[in-house]
Amino acid sequence: MNSNSVAFWIGAALFLVVIGVMTQVIGNEYPFFAGYVILQFIVLAVAWTILGGYAGYVNFGTSAFFGVGVYTAVFLVKAMGAPLLVQIAAAAAVGALLGFAVGLLTLRMQGIFFSIATIALTIVIETTVTNWRFVGGAAGIQLQRPPVMPPFHSYVQMLFFVQALLVVLAVAIARYVQRSWIGRGLQALRDDELAAECSGVPTLRLKVLACVISGALMCAAGAPAAMYLQYADPSSAFNLNYSVTVLAMSLIGGTAHWAGPIVGAILLGVTQQLLAVTISSEVNVLVLGVMLVLFVVAAPEGLLGLARRIAGTRAGGEA
Amino acid sequence: MFSVDLLLNAVVLGVLLGCFYAAVSLGLSVSFGLLDVPHVAHPAVLILASYGVFFLNDSYDIDPLLAGLLITPLLFVFGLVAYRVYYETFEKRGSDAGVRGIAFLFGIAFIIEVLIILQFGVDQRSVTASYIGKAWRIGEMRIPARLIVAFAVASVLAILLTLYLSRTFMGRAIRAVAQDEEALRLMGANPVKIKQWAFGIATAVLGVAGALLIIVAPVEPTLDRAYIGRTFCVVVMAGLGSMTGTLIAAIILGVVESIVLSTVGASWAPAISFAMLLGVLAIRPQGLFGRLS
Repeated sequence: MNSNSVAFWIGAALFLVVIGVMTQVIGNEYPFFAGYVILQFIVLAVAWTILGGYAGYVNFGTSAFFGVGVYTAVFLVKAMGAPLLVQIAAAAAVGALLGFAVGLLTLRMQGIFFSIATIALTIVIETTVTNWRFVGGAAGIQLQRPPVMPPFHSYVQMLFFVQALLVVLAVAIARYVQRSWIGRGLQALRDDELAAECSGVPTLRLKVLACVISGALMCAAGAPAAMYLQYADPSSAFNLNYSVTVLAMSLIGGTAHWAGPIVGAILLGVTQQLLAVTISSEVNVLVLGVMLVLFVVAAPEGLLGLARRIAGTRAGGEA
Repeated sequence: MFSVDLLLNAVVLGVLLGCFYAAVSLGLSVSFGLLDVPHVAHPAVLILASYGVFFLNDSYDIDPLLAGLLITPLLFVFGLVAYRVYYETFEKRGSDAGVRGIAFLFGIAFIIEVLIILQFGVDQRSVTASYIGKAWRIGEMRIPARLIVAFAVASVLAILLTLYLSRTFMGRAIRAVAQDEEALRLMGANPVKIKQWAFGIATAVLGVAGALLIIVAPVEPTLDRAYIGRTFCVVVMAGLGSMTGTLIAAIILGVVESIVLSTVGASWAPAISFAMLLGVLAIRPQGLFGRLS
């Protein structure tokens, strides 16, 4: 383990300690309620970046994976009253399978066609769930939270802590992928898929692998949302807004490095929470649209790219 | 339960519906099919046009089709400006323009959605005209007059656009720019100007298409999301850039939707176009009548 990794794990441990202390010290529910959403979007955006940033395959199916995560949890709760950790683990497994299927289905699709296919997939899955009576159909389903486990005082606090664990897990995985041969392979296939294939990079296998990892993390992030809202319905669980929000967060932060989506998710997530809006309200959609347009035009490499460019020109000026 | 009459009825309605789908997809067939702009905001502009028609019909009692024609020049200019902006920000910079382009266009689509909500609210809106609500009876069959209007106008629109692209100088130039931009540049023509003009036309067509949309059924601000599936399904299935293909693909979609609607039920309707799109992308990405690449 080099010093960089030591610093990373110390940072992660500190983050969890702070979160843990917060759940013990702060009595008010609201910070957890709002913070949960931001943490959830960090996981989603980091997971998105593994496929969308490293490999350059723009996935509009975030809502499909998120929704499948939500409904895996709903199904398990309704069928056998499974505990939260089982819900999350099962959702991750289902997400990995779904990611595998998406990877195989879209094996030869590139660029815009991949994006369109993932939008299509979202609607197909949403419609299937809408027609699935057992989990409530179009009308949605109410869920009862089980009693909270100590040391937490409320269920939302516990969900907040669990989502924080998922953040650490997602970031650690994204960081590992970026620094290993997988990340280098994905980067090669992003820059030139044909050239990468010709020089022996197993592009198809890497692409499917990225789909699997990204899908598993997205579904895992979605699973606690069922208990968070105590309610699930297909049109909000599979709302296209999730896909575009996550895309915007990653693009705003910058997609080349795992820190990018974190920065983007915090920036956009906090803005949305400050405006105290829900995922489908108009103001939220307007903020989303304007930020997306603004950043794609003015800072195509995201905030990280922007910072690097500013640092670069300053260093260049001095030299 | 299953009867020939019912099936025949579904097929006839499906063909009419399909022609209407062709009308709303023709613009995308030019912008995405010929110009390679991943125009996910196309359905949003379509809904915007519908609301424009609603406004003219509601405030000044203008016939919806005439209103559609009236806003066409506005849309044309909007298209010219929009392509210039898109070109300067994305295509000119080159690499991974498509990826950021589609994100940009999604942003635009969302902004349009919210502007419509702020101006007109989230309620469904519809127009009034003498032919809305009437129906033709042929034997057992009952065909709504608004679908026949949509069918007739859509056919005229498709024919006009096909003739424009194959007979006029500018139309041929547009097809040339789709085939080989570099060659055009070498011959001293300006491909950007031609593409800008083409994008203007692709947007202008939405005036009449938007009128048809609100004639066929009431519109609401978030309707564009359903039409992303329908329009892209039609254009990809047609094979990018083929106008006749667009008409045939749209009719196939219309008939399939209509049959599923009358047999399986309306709750599966949203998935049909997207499932067909997915199938086409996976099995035959060049479309049914694809141009060779």
